[in-house]
Amino acid sequence: MTTPEPGNEPAAERTGPVRVFLVDDHALFRTGVRAELDAAGDRRVTVVGEAGSVNEAVAGIGHLKPDVVLLDVHMPDGGGAEVLRRARLSRPDVVFLALSVSDAAEDVIAVIRAGARGYVTKTISGRDLVAAVCRVADGDAVFSPRLAGFVLDAFADRPGAAPISDPELDLLTPRERDVLRLLARGYAYKEIASELFISIKTVETHVSSVLRKTQLSNRYELSRWAADRRLV
Amino acid sequence: MFTRGGAGSVPDDLPARTCDHQGVTLQPHGPAAERAARPAPGPEVIGPVGAPSAAPPAVPSGGKAAVPSGGKAAMPPDGEVAEPAKLVRRRTGRVLAGVSGGVADHLGVDVLWVRAALTIFAGLGGAGVLAYGLLWVFLPQAKPDAPAIETTPRERQQAIGLVAVGAGLALASGALGGSAGAWITGPLGVALVGAAVVWREADESQRRRLRSGTGTLFEGRVGLIRVLAGVVLVAGGLAIFLLGSVDLGQVQFGLLAVVATLVGVAVITVPWWLKLMRDLGEERRVRIRTQEREDIAAHLHDSVLQTLALIQKQADAPREVKRLARRQERELRNWLYEDKGHGRTSAEAAAGDDTPRTLAAALASAAAEVEDTYAVSVQSVVVGDVPLDASIVALVQAAREAMVNAAKHAGVGEVSLYVEVEPEVVHVFVRDRGAGFDPEAVSADRHGLADSIHGRMERNGGKVRLRTAPGDGTEVQLEMPLKVAAVKEAKA
Repeated sequence: MTTPEPGNEPAAERTGPVRVFLVDDHALFRTGVRAELDAAGDRRVTVVGEAGSVNEAVAGIGHLKPDVVLLDVHMPDGGGAEVLRRARLSRPDVVFLALSVSDAAEDVIAVIRAGARGYVTKTISGRDLVAAVCRVADGDAVFSPRLAGFVLDAFADRPGAAPISDPELDLLTPRERDVLRLLARGYAYKEIASELFISIKTVETHVSSVLRKTQLSNRYELSRWAADRRLV
Repeated sequence: MFTRGGAGSVPDDLPARTCDHQGVTLQPHGPAAERAARPAPGPEVIGPVGAPSAAPPAVPSGGKAAVPSGGKAAMPPDGEVAEPAKLVRRRTGRVLAGVSGGVADHLGVDVLWVRAALTIFAGLGGAGVLAYGLLWVFLPQAKPDAPAIETTPRERQQAIGLVAVGAGLALASGALGGSAGAWITGPLGVALVGAAVVWREADESQRRRLRSGTGTLFEGRVGLIRVLAGVVLVAGGLAIFLLGSVDLGQVQFGLLAVVATLVGVAVITVPWWLKLMRDLGEERRVRIRTQEREDIAAHLHDSVLQTLALIQKQADAPREVKRLARRQERELRNWLYEDKGHGRTSAEAAAGDDTPRTLAAALASAAAEVEDTYAVSVQSVVVGDVPLDASIVALVQAAREAMVNAAKHAGVGEVSLYVEVEPEVVHVFVRDRGAGFDPEAVSADRHGLADSIHGRMERNGGKVRLRTAPGDGTEVQLEMPLKVAAVKEAKA
């Protein structure tokens, strides 16, 4: 349906492991992730650097040119979204995967809309994290069940939702909805593919398309979060 | 493995969050906190005269027992008599400005005597009126947290009658025997009434400001009208007085001088007014911020620190540690995210009402219970929400049973719960990647699935589907039609 953005080309020509950069303001947590990735990485993933603040992260990403940045959503000085905005100016080809304990929909959606290719919670197992890193490195999107739920919620047709200005962006196709539902139910891509009788590649395409809509549709901010917080 | 270093992560996150939401949280926090600060809101004396005295007049107005403690009303150690209350004007249980009540409280007599005395003095050349006015000006109002004083309608009627009699006596005595004559006392009386109205309004708005933490000096249209009426009365009284005693040219000059003086005073004091406003705003902000910080500190102490202490004690029981950590995480999340935007309002939270009222809340508490009881983690994703009714409650119970089954029999540490509320139907999926089983092989004496899930759902018009095979995990799919939709369809 859609091709990944230019710059996120599947790294078919990549040789060697995926180079990962960690951004989190808690050193203890960075150490944990690093150990986890080394243990479960199986030489497919290697951590090339880490940063504990926005400035450090922007400098480090510019200098080290990692393939994937694992990004904490909540940090001082603007958080993950700020890192995304600034780092993408100099390194548009770096892929970001948000990793957070936050459960608040608006925080998660904000990083996705700032350009992250996926969101996983910090309780994810090491093996799943490695898989998620490889997936975003290949240009696909990674949706945790929770993110799938948030997105379904955001695109739901409820009274008071913002009007649809661009159906191409503001509506999910029935198939995309099916895929999201299965994601929210905790199904892996492979299980979704066999459930819906489609290929894994097609599942990935659907998820990427949903990601694009989440990033670009304006329906979202206008309706729910604003209304919830009584800002409108 | 991937949980953060608990104690460190939380406070770091908090200030940013609270700042983000400050604009939103201010509203619920302010009034609620104010409410908490004052023990009894007390009857409003602003609107209708003769406030309904539904509450029993447990506090006889004026008695020693009911002395509103202006500051220190402590019993001396030898327990003789209570120190007389400081002389202040009453805030509640007053008719005009609370002067009589305050004096009565101070002297420890019934307020009626004070009012009667003032009325009699009012007849003596208006001395009572003068005394009342001076007391009004110079006595501070009681503190806002002073206990509320109830008045009966009868008492109010008496008081208003006495005020009328006093005013009449004052005017009459002035008109009849006074050296000044009616030309002076009449207009001056009118002016005094006007001043009284304005002063009273100033008291009211000060009270409102203290209560709500917002507002300006003259709040609302009614307040403005009262103030204007008072000003007109004052001006009219003075004008008549002047007209009666001096000739027209002098009046013009006098008026001009007065206006010029007033303008001058206004211009000179502008910076002072502005500063006053700014200080008030700043003070309010600081107060709210401090309050919020105290709230957070108190909460962290009660919950997180306690849990960390427990975890240290139980360090050799990993299962217990996990359980504690999970419960604490859930509580903290709840506190951080739930009651701010969506979910419960702060009023509900303050009322301590923990009974869930919606599907999402009920499922969240069911999932929490399962997590706590069976030491598994339930990954729940809920899209949409509906209020609870009989069939939704049955759905929640069935879902809970499915989660319990997964926790007990699947042999894995994680259960997925997915709920989607659609316009006409609610779907619930409970899934695990555990042992699975052969539905045909379940012995007939195992009632869990048959009764608790199938039976419950079918009695309420729902459906159950089961997907499982040995070694392939289990998924229980529950479907419950929404009654609201049925009602809507019937209407259409």
